[in-house]
Amino acid sequence: MNSADAFRQEVRTWLEENCPPSQRRPIVREEQVWAGRNKTFPNNDAKLWFERMRDRGWTVPDWPQALGGGGLDEQQTRILKEEMKALGCRTPLYDLGIWMLGPAVLEFGTEAQQHEHIPKIARGEIRWCQGYSEPGAGSDLASLQTRAEDCGDHFLVNGTKIWTTNADKADWIFCLVRTDPAAKKQEGISFLLIDMNDPGVTTTPIELISGESEFCQTFFDNVKVPKGNLIGELNKGWSVAKALLKHERKLMSEIGGDTPGPSFGPVQAALEYIGLGEDGKLKDLALRDQLVRHEMNFRAIGLTHFRSFEERMHGLADPNVPLIMKYVGTEETKNKDELLVALLGHQALGWGGAGFNDDEILTTRGWLFSKALSIAGGTSEVQLNIIAKRALELPEHNAQA
Amino acid sequence: MALVLNEEQRLLKDTAKDFLSSTMPVSELRALRDSGDTHGYKPDHWQAMCELGWSGIVFPEEFGGLDFGYLGLGAIFEQTGRTLAASPLLSTVVLSASLIQLAASEQQKQELLPAIISGELTLALALEEGHHHAPTAIQTQAEKTADGYILNGRKSVVLDASSADKLVVIARTNKDSNGSEGLSAFLVNSQVKGITQHSKQWVDSRSASEIIFENVQLSDADLLGEADQIWPALNIALDRSRICLAAEMLGGALECFERTVAYLKERDQFGQKIGSFQALQHRAAILFTELELAKSVVLDALSAIDDKRPDLPQLASLAKARLNDVFEKVTSEAVQMHGGIGVTDELEIGFFLKRSRVATQLFGNSGFHRDRYATLCGY
Repeated sequence: MNSADAFRQEVRTWLEENCPPSQRRPIVREEQVWAGRNKTFPNNDAKLWFERMRDRGWTVPDWPQALGGGGLDEQQTRILKEEMKALGCRTPLYDLGIWMLGPAVLEFGTEAQQHEHIPKIARGEIRWCQGYSEPGAGSDLASLQTRAEDCGDHFLVNGTKIWTTNADKADWIFCLVRTDPAAKKQEGISFLLIDMNDPGVTTTPIELISGESEFCQTFFDNVKVPKGNLIGELNKGWSVAKALLKHERKLMSEIGGDTPGPSFGPVQAALEYIGLGEDGKLKDLALRDQLVRHEMNFRAIGLTHFRSFEERMHGLADPNVPLIMKYVGTEETKNKDELLVALLGHQALGWGGAGFNDDEILTTRGWLFSKALSIAGGTSEVQLNIIAKRALELPEHNAQA
Repeated sequence: MALVLNEEQRLLKDTAKDFLSSTMPVSELRALRDSGDTHGYKPDHWQAMCELGWSGIVFPEEFGGLDFGYLGLGAIFEQTGRTLAASPLLSTVVLSASLIQLAASEQQKQELLPAIISGELTLALALEEGHHHAPTAIQTQAEKTADGYILNGRKSVVLDASSADKLVVIARTNKDSNGSEGLSAFLVNSQVKGITQHSKQWVDSRSASEIIFENVQLSDADLLGEADQIWPALNIALDRSRICLAAEMLGGALECFERTVAYLKERDQFGQKIGSFQALQHRAAILFTELELAKSVVLDALSAIDDKRPDLPQLASLAKARLNDVFEKVTSEAVQMHGGIGVTDELEIGFFLKRSRVATQLFGNSGFHRDRYATLCGY
C-alpha cells in the first residue's frame, strides 16, 4: 500500500468512527453551521461533528498546523474531500474566512496578523463577510469610492458596500477601500479588515427575486480602523483582492456540491415527474435531449476539474484552465436549474403554502438564486474578458482609434 | 483513469507533430485533391507511418506490435487532425484490426495482424447501408451453403475501400434475426467476382465507396470468428473508432482555433487589430472553454479503452457527441472570423470545415450519441 492509499484508509476509518450518522445526510440550509462569536448549532450531533473536525484541524485541512489547520498537502486534502463526499459527510463549518480571507492572510498578512486571525477562522470563532462592490462599482470594481483617510494612528472610513453577503450576521468584514484618491483606479486601493461592532458600521438586508435576503448593504460613517488591520502594503490592495477573487471563483466553479438544494438531481427528477415510456425512454423526448445535454456537459466539466488537478500533481499545470472554471461552472448550474424547473412542470411554480413539497420549493428558489451565480464574483462577461486577455492574449481595445 | 500523458506518450506526440507537419502538412491533402486521386491517401505516406510504428502501437508484441495503448495512438490521431493527414490509420488499424483482434480465431490473428502492422495489408469495414450511421440496420445477407456462404447486399459508405486490399463485410447470417442479433463478419477479397465498387468524391477529399455484392461466393474460412456473434466485438471496435476519430477532431479543432486567434491578432480594421473587439473576443473565449472541456473528454475516453472500463460506451458517445459539436462550431466560427478570405479555397481553413462535417457523420452524429448515452444511463 502506498502512502496515499494508507492515508485514505486512515481517513475513512476516522470519518466512519467520528461522523455521526445524522451528519451524513444531505445538508439543508437550516442545519448549516456557520462561524461566529455567537455560534449556534441546530443539534448536538452538528456540534460534536464540528468540534471533532476542528480539533483535527480539518475545518481547514490544508492550512498550517501551528495556526489551527490540518497541515495536509494538496493530494491529502483531495483524499479527505473525496472520502467525506463518499460517506456523505456534511461540511462541518461554513465561513467566508475559510474560503476567501484565510488564504489571502496566509499569503499577504504579517506573522502577527496570521496569528491574530487564522486560528480564529480555523476554530470558527469569527464570521467574516466581504466588502468589495459598491452601488456605483460592480463589474468595474476598481472605480470604488469608499474612502479610508490616514489619520495618523488609524484610518477613518466613509462610504458604502453592497452585496455584502450575510453582513447582518457577520462579526468582521474585509474591504477594499480607496487610500489614495489621486492615484489611478487600481493603484490607490488598500485591503482593510473592519470589526462590524465598531461605531459607525450599519447594515441592511436586500430582498432578492428568490425571496431571500442573504445580500446586504453596509454603511461606514466615520469608522475608526486601527492601522494594524491593513493587509498587504498601503495602496497595493488590488493584488490582495485579485488573489482572493481567484479563491472565490474557484469556490463558485465547484458550487452545487454542498449548497442546499432539492434532494434530487435532474435524472431523478425526470424519472419522478415525467417517467419512462414503453420504449424505456423519457416520455418527453425534447426534455430528454435537454437532460442528456446537461448530463454530458456536467461530466465534461467534472473531468476537466480532475484533469486540472492531475496536471498540477504532475507539475504540468496549465494556468489557463482555472480561468475557465468559474464561467463554465456557473453557466452550467444555471442551466441545470432551468432544466429542473422544466422537468417539474407546474410543481416548480410554487412560492409557498400547500400543494408543494420542500424539494419543489427549493427547486424554484434555487433556480431564482442561481441567476446571481454568473453575476457575483465577476460576471460571465468579465470572465470572458479575462480569458481573452490572459489565455488568448488578444489585444486591448483602443476607443480613440 | 489518466488525464495526463506520461513522458513516453508526450514524446510520441512530439515525434508525430514533427513528422506530420514536415511530411504531411495540409498542402499535401490539397495536392491529393487536385491530382484527382481516388485512392484517398499517398501509399508512401502510409508506409512511412508504418515504419514509425504507428500501425502497431495498440497491438501486443506477439503480433509485432508495440503494446503502447490508445492514449499513445490518440496522441497521434490528434496530430493527424492538425494537418488533416490522409491515411488508412482509422479504417485499417482501429476499425478493422480491432474487430480481428477482438473476434477472429487465433490462426486468423496470426495471419492478419502482422501483415497489418507491417503495412502490407490494408482493410476497409463495409458496415453502413443507409444515409446515417446505423450499425444494426443490416440487410446484407450471407446465406449458408454446403461449403461456405453466398453474399448479397449493398453498402452505402465504405471508408477507404478503393485502396483496401481486403474488405471486412458485416452481414446478416441469421435471416430471422434483427437488430444486433445474427450478424457476422467476413473477410472478402475486394477483387472477386460479384463485387461492384463506385468510389465517391467526398467534400473532405478523402475516400469512400458504395459497394454492391451480387452472389459473391465465400468459403467458411472467410468468416471472422463465430457466425451470428460479431456484435459485441463490433460494438467495441466502433467505440474505439469513435474515440480515435474524436481525438483527430480535437486536433483539427485546436489547429483551426489557433490559426483563427493568430488572425485576430494580425488583421487590422477600423484602425486596430480585430482581436481587440469584444464581439470577437467573447466568441473566441467561449470556443477556448469548449476546447478545454473537449480535451478532458477525449483523454478520459482514450484511457477508458486502455483500462477496459465498463463505461467505455458512455465515454465513446460523450467524446464523439462533444467533438462533433465543438469541431462544427470552431470551424464555422473560424470561417466567419476570417471574413472574406475565410470562404476562399486559397485559405486552408475551408479544409477543416469540410473535414469536420464528414467526421461528424462517421460513426454517429450528435443526436445518435445523445440518444445512446441517455439509453445507457437508463432514461
